[in-house]
Amino acid sequence: MDSSMIANILIQTAYASTPLLLASTGEILSERAGIVNIGLEGIMLLSAFIGVVVGDGLKNPLAGILAAVALGALIGLMHGFITAYLKGDHIVSGLGINLFALGFVPYGIYAVWGVRGYYNPSTQAKVPSVFGVSPIFISSIIIVFLVYYLLFHTRFGLSLRSCGEDPRSADASGIRVERMQLLAAVIGSSLSGLAGVFMSLDWLTTITKDLPAGRGFIALAIVNFANWNPLLGLLGSYLFGFFWVIIEWLKISALKQIIPVTLLNIIPYVATLAVTAGVLGRSRPPKYAGVPYKKE
Amino acid sequence: MNTLSRIKEKYGESIVGFLEVTLAAAIGLGASAVLIRAGGYSPADAFYYLFRGSFGSLYSLYTTLSYSIPLMLTGLAFAVSVRAGLFNIGAEGQVYISALGAIIAASIAMPSYLYLPMEFLIGILLAVLWSLAAGALKVWKGVNEVVSTIMLNWIAFWIVEYARANIYYDPLSPDRTIRIPLAGRLPLLVANTSLYSGIIISIGVVVVMYIIMWKTAVGYEIRAVGLNLFASKYGGIKTSLVALEAFAISGLLSGLAGVMETIGRPPTYAIVTGLTNLVNLGFNGIAVSLIGRNNPIGIIPASIFIGALTAGATSMQIFAGVPLEMVQAVQGIIVIVLAIPGLIRILKSYIKR
Repeated sequence: MDSSMIANILIQTAYASTPLLLASTGEILSERAGIVNIGLEGIMLLSAFIGVVVGDGLKNPLAGILAAVALGALIGLMHGFITAYLKGDHIVSGLGINLFALGFVPYGIYAVWGVRGYYNPSTQAKVPSVFGVSPIFISSIIIVFLVYYLLFHTRFGLSLRSCGEDPRSADASGIRVERMQLLAAVIGSSLSGLAGVFMSLDWLTTITKDLPAGRGFIALAIVNFANWNPLLGLLGSYLFGFFWVIIEWLKISALKQIIPVTLLNIIPYVATLAVTAGVLGRSRPPKYAGVPYKKE
Repeated sequence: MNTLSRIKEKYGESIVGFLEVTLAAAIGLGASAVLIRAGGYSPADAFYYLFRGSFGSLYSLYTTLSYSIPLMLTGLAFAVSVRAGLFNIGAEGQVYISALGAIIAASIAMPSYLYLPMEFLIGILLAVLWSLAAGALKVWKGVNEVVSTIMLNWIAFWIVEYARANIYYDPLSPDRTIRIPLAGRLPLLVANTSLYSGIIISIGVVVVMYIIMWKTAVGYEIRAVGLNLFASKYGGIKTSLVALEAFAISGLLSGLAGVMETIGRPPTYAIVTGLTNLVNLGFNGIAVSLIGRNNPIGIIPASIFIGALTAGATSMQIFAGVPLEMVQAVQGIIVIVLAIPGLIRILKSYIKR
């Protein structure tokens, strides 16, 4: 194995990990405030789609990114409103988002481009690289440290975490719990939106009806694995991203003579199960994550 | 007490529940009209053909009912786990793996009368094991069932797709598996339609599950754990065991759905490329369960409603040009709306203002 091959694996790992990192970091922020959103997969898919519609339509990748992040934020606003203000069921609302995306995106791909299954945006819509790498990859690293700093080293972060740990005391100390939760849900979902558009306009430059392929749920597993800490989330995301790259290498290696490609596809999912089952036991979710907080 | 208030007391909750579901469905259809219009199609045409394809004739009614057969079961599978406080979204993978089980049975040479029982046996056994894997991870390792069941869904998808393409493919038509032998098929209920006899089994199972959930100790324990885990623990219920029971029942129900779709629905009687004759049966079951308010009796009309959307979708696509996936989006919107508790109460307070 020469150095260029190692560099290649490193870059590919960075790319494969970026959507996982963005989505899981957003979800950590959201769950720390008490809002669980299992709709990450759906948000990634919808944002990936809208990113291509706008980015490809205007031949402007930045517009595509903004549209995707805005859509993510909008879905977060809806989910946050339902869960924080209307005291709705977090899981059911998230399931609804996923079901909607599952149907809407193939509909949209056909309605917009008249094709079934997938559409590849033009090269002008692809996010240009900065210093030879994706600007979204660079941002994702900055974002994870920002979120970590925000959560654990600012007053705002302390208030936000108290909403997920003990909303009653937070309320008593003058924190507006619902508003804080809504904000966390919006920021969290917009990061999933960025994750989605990273796949469709940057890394893979395509939109298909199953583009996230379970990454939204793997991000949820990473949140668990990371014990709701963004820096451990960084580690987890890169671990899972690395699995994904290894499979791509195995698919083109001599191994494919022995194990068919279809079966190699199961590795990331088996690895996710194995790792979550192996490390759990020591992690502890925020006490009120997913529990609608009702004022007395 | 007059009759009206007595009716209100006895059925008030069900009536409000029914109104909420109706409202949610109306919002779902309304929002989809906007999306259909935005896509450049005619919502009026879409809804006309959606209706014509689902209830417009006796034939379309049979098609609607045929689609409700597996949805009743996958809906019930989700409902049972929700009643136990679990969000088991693994019906999808259990349907795939049980369909493979039916094909495995069909591949074995045996006396023809053995095919039907063996298909059910192997298919359901695989699905129950698949479901219990998530249950075991939950109970012993604390792995969130939402994450584990989704991973198991993907694993099942690739295993079944592998088996379809590499082991059980039909040499004459490699895009699908071998077909279920004639002796191993469920008979049609109405000739020349897709309504097969599985509907009798499905409705029977719904009734049995209703009795189990509301009239037996097992059902009582499942519901108690779902209502309050800690109280149940203090009350002496073995909560881990109850969780495993709920996973096993879910797997059994989804497995039944997967087997029956493979051995009952004409014309393929096989698993096809991309498992397209099986995908979304599990996910649509979630919508069925939530529309039916996680109640076995509510699940029957709910599965007919979603079955109607599925049946009408094809006609909507052919005659109005609207891609059939739109109906899946409608289901998503309905589920999101149903996440809001006390919908009618909220609406009332806004109207009064």
